[in-house]
Amino acid sequence: MSSGPPRAVVAGHAGFAAALIELVGCVAGRADVFRAVTNEGCDSRGVEEALRVALREHGASVVFTDLPAGSVAIAARRIAHSDPSVAVVTGASAAMLLDFALGDDASAEALGRAAARARDAIVVHPASGAPRAD
Amino acid sequence: MPIECFRVDDRLVHGQVVVGWGQSLRLGFIVLVDDTVAANDWECELYSMGTPPEMTLFVETTDSVVLRLPEFDARADAGMLLTADIPTMGRLVQSAPRIRAVNIGGVHHRIGRTWRLPYVFLSPEDDAALAAIASCGVRVTAQDLPGADEVPLEALLSGGPA
Repeated sequence: MSSGPPRAVVAGHAGFAAALIELVGCVAGRADVFRAVTNEGCDSRGVEEALRVALREHGASVVFTDLPAGSVAIAARRIAHSDPSVAVVTGASAAMLLDFALGDDASAEALGRAAARARDAIVVHPASGAPRAD
Repeated sequence: MPIECFRVDDRLVHGQVVVGWGQSLRLGFIVLVDDTVAANDWECELYSMGTPPEMTLFVETTDSVVLRLPEFDARADAGMLLTADIPTMGRLVQSAPRIRAVNIGGVHHRIGRTWRLPYVFLSPEDDAALAAIASCGVRVTAQDLPGADEVPLEALLSGGPA
């Protein structure tokens, strides 16, 4: 993690990362904050190497991943274990990445705020127990 | 309930396993067989973190799992056994005749391997190991997800389906 400008790698299955980054670009014009990594065609070592290259080339110290149980999350945690400056956030969503991209830094506080924003963005209509029209 | 699926997947515990197969087979546990992972507490913890709370993960060596197979088969819930490579599964088949089917779920590209399916690349050594598994009377097929077509071993060994 760093207190510099927010920069992160977004990684996940298929085109998940590229699509989310495109969304951030459309909504906030800040696609440049992120670098996409897909696990397509990679074994676990290949995913880890792709993440290491993306982190280094993009000057990032944060990895956002899709599933907490995915191969990408496991590879990212392995990197974070060997390099404590790297942070991993699972369950990435549009709300999470937008909050991060529009923030000032990549600190632990910023990541916590982005995660909270993502949780707050989950709303079910109608709420559980309420009558449904159908 | 016996272990429902014996799978070779070089990503080990990951989305296709815990979500795709996990939902379809209603998996209650996963047996990860890997001598390197089993010898490293941190790696064991890493894969435990990647396992959903509704599933139990057991990390075993190629020796210890053979002894524990009856215990796993006697559990009330369904399980999947994972190895990261074909030779490890081959050793298990030799040691545990109760294995009657092997699923090739993910063997990705490395130097020396050639394309057979988008998720299966095999070397000549892999071909020989798969043939050896089949010669024990084990049904070998490739299938990444429950809804996908099963690809028979013959198609894999002949260079992939037409």
